[in-house]
Amino acid sequence: MSPADNEKLDQVFSAIREEAEKRRKAFREAPVPKIHIGMATCGIASGALETKKAFEETLAERNIEALIHPVGCIGHCYAEPVVIIDHPDSGFPPIFYHEVTAGKAKMLVKLFLEEGDPRFEHILGATVENDLIPSVMEFSRFNQEKRVVMEKCGYIDPEDIYDYIAEGGYSMLVKVLQLTPDKIIKEVRNSGLRGRGGAGFPTGKKWELAMHAEGQIKIVICNADEGDPGAYMDRTILESNPHQVLEGMAICAYAVGANKAVVYIRAEYPLAVKIVTKAIQQAKELGLLGKGILSSTFDLEIDVFRGSGAFVCGEETALIRSIEGYRGMPRHRPPYPVEKGLWGHPTVINNVKTLASVPPILENGATWFRGIGTENSPGTAIFSVVGNVVHAGLVEIPMGVTLRTLIFDICGGILNKKKFRAVQIGGPSGGCLPADLLDTPIDFDSLTEAGAMMGSGGMVVMDEDTCMVDVARYFLDFTQKESCGKCTFCRIGTHHLLRILERLTKGEGQDKDLEQLESLSEDIKTGSLCGLGKTAPNPALTSLKYFRDEYEAHVKEKRCPALMCRSLIAYYFDLDLCARGCDACATCCPVEAVFTTSNRKKGVDQELCVKCGECMVACPPEYDAVRKVSPSNLVPVVERAPEKK
Amino acid sequence: MPKLLVDNKEIEVKEGTTLLQACLDNGIYIPNLCYLESMDDPSASCRMCFVEIEGEEKPITSCTVTVKDDMVVKTDTLSVRRLHRTAFRLLLSVHHVDCKNCHVNKKCELQRIAKYLEVGLKPKHLEQHLKEPDIDQDHPFLDYYPNRCVLCGKCIHICRKKHGQSVLTFAKRGFDTVISSYGKNDVSSLACEKCVVCVDICPVGALILKEAQE
Repeated sequence: MSPADNEKLDQVFSAIREEAEKRRKAFREAPVPKIHIGMATCGIASGALETKKAFEETLAERNIEALIHPVGCIGHCYAEPVVIIDHPDSGFPPIFYHEVTAGKAKMLVKLFLEEGDPRFEHILGATVENDLIPSVMEFSRFNQEKRVVMEKCGYIDPEDIYDYIAEGGYSMLVKVLQLTPDKIIKEVRNSGLRGRGGAGFPTGKKWELAMHAEGQIKIVICNADEGDPGAYMDRTILESNPHQVLEGMAICAYAVGANKAVVYIRAEYPLAVKIVTKAIQQAKELGLLGKGILSSTFDLEIDVFRGSGAFVCGEETALIRSIEGYRGMPRHRPPYPVEKGLWGHPTVINNVKTLASVPPILENGATWFRGIGTENSPGTAIFSVVGNVVHAGLVEIPMGVTLRTLIFDICGGILNKKKFRAVQIGGPSGGCLPADLLDTPIDFDSLTEAGAMMGSGGMVVMDEDTCMVDVARYFLDFTQKESCGKCTFCRIGTHHLLRILERLTKGEGQDKDLEQLESLSEDIKTGSLCGLGKTAPNPALTSLKYFRDEYEAHVKEKRCPALMCRSLIAYYFDLDLCARGCDACATCCPVEAVFTTSNRKKGVDQELCVKCGECMVACPPEYDAVRKVSPSNLVPVVERAPEKK
Repeated sequence: MPKLLVDNKEIEVKEGTTLLQACLDNGIYIPNLCYLESMDDPSASCRMCFVEIEGEEKPITSCTVTVKDDMVVKTDTLSVRRLHRTAFRLLLSVHHVDCKNCHVNKKCELQRIAKYLEVGLKPKHLEQHLKEPDIDQDHPFLDYYPNRCVLCGKCIHICRKKHGQSVLTFAKRGFDTVISSYGKNDVSSLACEKCVVCVDICPVGALILKEAQE
């Protein structure tokens, strides 16, 4: 573009930016308290709607003026609903409150907003350094994170484009529109950014291939078909800061020469669909998307496409087929989508996190980005850490941090002081790593080498009460159900894997099963058509590699070391601990398997027992008399009281 | 015309040919079930036609490779055979083996592959898992045997090619996938009575005309 055009572009955008700053200033300087409430799906699930309503009602009731600012998710799921109250008149800094129920909200309005008492017992910390309240940055859950993609998540209103612009949003789009596509791609290449969907393909290279691909029409697709069990990174980003993703898409589209883009979101994410649709609308109204963006010659239409929930549609070729209206079945690659994608046009498909990484990279430069993370995996990784971990939630860390640091330092370790058993990374395509490998750095290559994979960011932490055979069975059950049925290895092979694992957990395993599990898994990995099949055996293969003794115990001794496989365990009551005359277990047993002995203690009728474990929950902690054993034939024989005549 | 070396035999084929077609045209058999020369885009779903190509790390399906000059190909290495056999055994583990009563007995592609791979039709290693019911009689003229079908998709392709739109399609998902006419049983709108392309192309006798059985 000519210098005159550039000047016009800047002019048009600075008018928008001024408006955004004016609004931001008005909000900041309003002489009333501001209440920021996390209103993404995770917050809402924990009751944020009720919390917001309680704030509104109590404020109205007590005639207090305050501004409620709905924001996205800050990533601290263990603390939801999360509220930050900024009440300058009180003399306190902005305060971070956790688990703010409707009742707590009412109380905070009365005691803090009205009377100035911040109620220290409910505080997580202050959001800034100060002399009165410890800052949240003193906790490792906050200070060991490095926020690049999620920097603004939880601080801006995702439904207000001006909030994003006031934070510097869309200025990178303005900058790139004044550059040649070559320069943009070079910068992205230099940054070393690798695809955050899991495979880690260099983003700059993908863009370059698409730019050079033959075709008048090119398309950009944002893949938000997140489907791994326990993973919700993409949803949170779209619900908390959709404009950063849209800006990334616009930059990508300009760089590769595309005028059409699609955000592919699964329909199970209704809030994300709503927020992204609204964000596109707002961006169009301001001329940041649509025809002649900011008076330039660049046009971009972005549409939202709702995926219908098939896991395999996260695979790019299946995703394309499903947009085209066919069954979501993958195709052989090559040709790759960058050559022949949606409707046959060259198509760039990038994950949400990849696209959201682009504006910060262009803002701070490739060298800055390379300074974060490791040499071969620059930048940050976002994980949704779930399972038996204290501070579950979304964590953005520099690549290269070890699993131990992430799980034990940042996320607070294992719940209930139990021991760590395994961590499952990369969802159903990933693997289970044992305690020995906790010092593995988190980056694309190290995790692949260990037998897991980066995946898109699901991480399930498991404690000592987890049976690894059962975990493998769980994931195989998932992939087997999600197989599209197209190719032989995945369709029939995963079915056989699942059957073998089911047999093992039921104690019906045979010696040859482990061997067959291994060889079949290897063949499925090599033989399958798409990524789903190629990675489906990973949970079985890694658990077999690292927890072989558990598998052997299931086969040879019919024993489940974690005492979890129902067919292999039995419950009994330790008669030394069982309290005479107590009926807690007997009253809760759903199948009347609990009987009374002659000295009025309790026994379990093994024939009747369904091993639900209710008695273990019901037994008062002061007795703690319920025990589990495996194999089940080790259970002591307890005699019933003789029938009264 | 590209020249290539397959199992130490030099062959010369037309530019743009798939490797599988090139081999088949030159009398080199590679097991295959879902490949049709007339498909623009091979479905590569049966996963039978694996070969090893020099320079490639892993075995690769020959239906998805276009021949190149000086390509060196092996169709019978240990790793290739292992994949052939595993894929074949997997298919047989969901196949109702009852050749005596099957109308394609001795013409069946599975019998041919079994002979070629020296694999028995009743594999001992894997459990059999058959679908219920054994026969789908939904279509007015055709009967479909899900426990014979290998889901190669040839019937769908050929029907679409001949009639513009296919009467048959894949239905259900994953392990439960079957071929179905999806209740398109309005006799007047179907050309099926006089057309048997799908029956003729089925490599395993999973489709059969109702009247032919009587």
